[in-house]
Amino acid sequence: MTTKHRIVSLKARGFDFETTMWLFTRLSALAMYLCAFIGLVGALILGARTQMNLADLIRWTFMPTVTHVASSNVPDTGPWATLFWKINGAMFIFFAASHGLHGLLSVIEDYSAIPGMRRTLRIIVMILTPLMIAAGIYVLWTA
Amino acid sequence: MSLKRNVSLKDGLRYQGKGPMLTYILHRIGGLGIVIFVAMHILASLGGGTIGVFLNTIYEYWIFQIFIFFCALFHVINGLRIVILDLWPKLIEHQREAIWLEWLVFIPIYGTAVLVIVRAAQGG
Repeated sequence: MTTKHRIVSLKARGFDFETTMWLFTRLSALAMYLCAFIGLVGALILGARTQMNLADLIRWTFMPTVTHVASSNVPDTGPWATLFWKINGAMFIFFAASHGLHGLLSVIEDYSAIPGMRRTLRIIVMILTPLMIAAGIYVLWTA
Repeated sequence: MSLKRNVSLKDGLRYQGKGPMLTYILHRIGGLGIVIFVAMHILASLGGGTIGVFLNTIYEYWIFQIFIFFCALFHVINGLRIVILDLWPKLIEHQREAIWLEWLVFIPIYGTAVLVIVRAAQGG
């Protein structure tokens, strides 16, 4: 069973909002893999000598802030509260919030059959996205 | 532009998409789980107080951790497959093999994590 490829040119398909977000979802996923990989390498260096447990490793991988490993047996988390990790975390929040809330939007548009409800929920998601990015980066920066 | 969805829930459940459909559903459930968890987690650390403490006790509960780690790990591994197959469309012919490979990666990592979570819950 072979599949025949039918390639529609970008001009014929049009590069609208949905296509942009389709591409953004994939590219932001790749960006998050990079952020998480940097976090994982950092967590392994951070906890290499102190037998950091799996939970702390995962916490640092997904969000590299010192409050996430505050209860672990890392002797001094001070050197890890650097600008590098804040930028890495802020990038992670930006990509995660926009990727996640766009995903929420596509789920809403798939399952809500009433046009008015769909429009209202779309506006709510659009307002929520910058607010959640701002809240996340604020929490990260002041932690 | 009117959208008509005349598929009932029963018909939807009867659809036999097999492996790819299962990953599609789990990807959605996982994504929603992460969105809700991360949003609540950010708001809990933003607000703090009794609600923050209450939410943190939920997050530290072992059954919730098993659930949310399933969501996150499956979304991450399945998402990598989607990204690779979508950005290199010719690979879509190998989708079923890719899904088998995906489970082969997912099961040992998730199994190890569940073992660690359960042992930590028992050990106190």
